[in-house]
Amino acid sequence: MSIRILYFARLREEMGIAQELLELPPGVGDINSLRAYLAARGGASSAAFAAAKAVRASVNQDLARSDTPVKSGDEIAFFPPVTGG
Amino acid sequence: MAVRVQQADFDVGAEIAALRRADPGIGAIASFIGLVRDRNDGDAVSGMTLEHYPGMTEKALEGIVDEAKRRWDIVDALVVHRVGELKPLDQIVLVVVTGAHRATAFEACEFVMDYLKTQAPFWKKETTPSGARWVEARATDDQAAERWKAG
Repeated sequence: MSIRILYFARLREEMGIAQELLELPPGVGDINSLRAYLAARGGASSAAFAAAKAVRASVNQDLARSDTPVKSGDEIAFFPPVTGG
Repeated sequence: MAVRVQQADFDVGAEIAALRRADPGIGAIASFIGLVRDRNDGDAVSGMTLEHYPGMTEKALEGIVDEAKRRWDIVDALVVHRVGELKPLDQIVLVVVTGAHRATAFEACEFVMDYLKTQAPFWKKETTPSGARWVEARATDDQAAERWKAG
C-alpha cells in the first residue's frame, strides 16, 4: 500500500506534478515527518518544501496539523494557505 | 444543495428565492457577494484563475455551513463559489443565510465567509501587467476567523 499525494496551486507548479503515488517511507508517521522526507529528497521537492515556506496539508480531505497521522492508503494534499472568497 | 462549486455565474435573485421556498417563518435574509476587483496590492488586475481541490472543497464548505447551523438558530444557508477564469466585475462567491431574525442571519453569514476565507481550499492566481502571481493569504483574514473561536 502507498499514499497518494496531491499538490495544489503554487506547490503544484513548484513540484511540476499534480499528484504522485509514494510508498510510505520508513519512519514517516505524520504530516511533519512526511514533510521532512519531501524536503530531504532533493530537486524540486526540496525547494517546494523548504522550511521557510508556508505549506498547509490535508489528510483524506480534512485539514491536517503537523502531528496528524499518515498511514498507507491515505490521500494527502499539500498546498499554500488558502485564498478563496 | 447547501453548497455548490461551479464555473458558471449565479443569479442572486434566483438563488435567494430557491433558498426561501416561500417559507413564511423566514423573517430575515442576509447575503454576501464577493466580486473580482480590477486592482490588488497596488497593481492592475486584468483577470484571475480560481483553483480548488475537488471533493475537499465541497466537504469543507459543507462543514462550515453545518457549523453555522449548529451555532446559530437559522433556517438555512447556501454557499455558491465559482472556479476557473474570472474577470473584474465578475461574481466570485455568494453566501445566503435565512432565519427568523436579522441578528442571527447577519452573524451566521459573516461567520461562513470568515471561515471560508481561511479553511476552504481555493487559490487565486491573478494576472497583472508584470505577469501572473498567486495571491498571498492575508493575516487579517486569519484574525477575522479567530474571533469566532470563543463562540
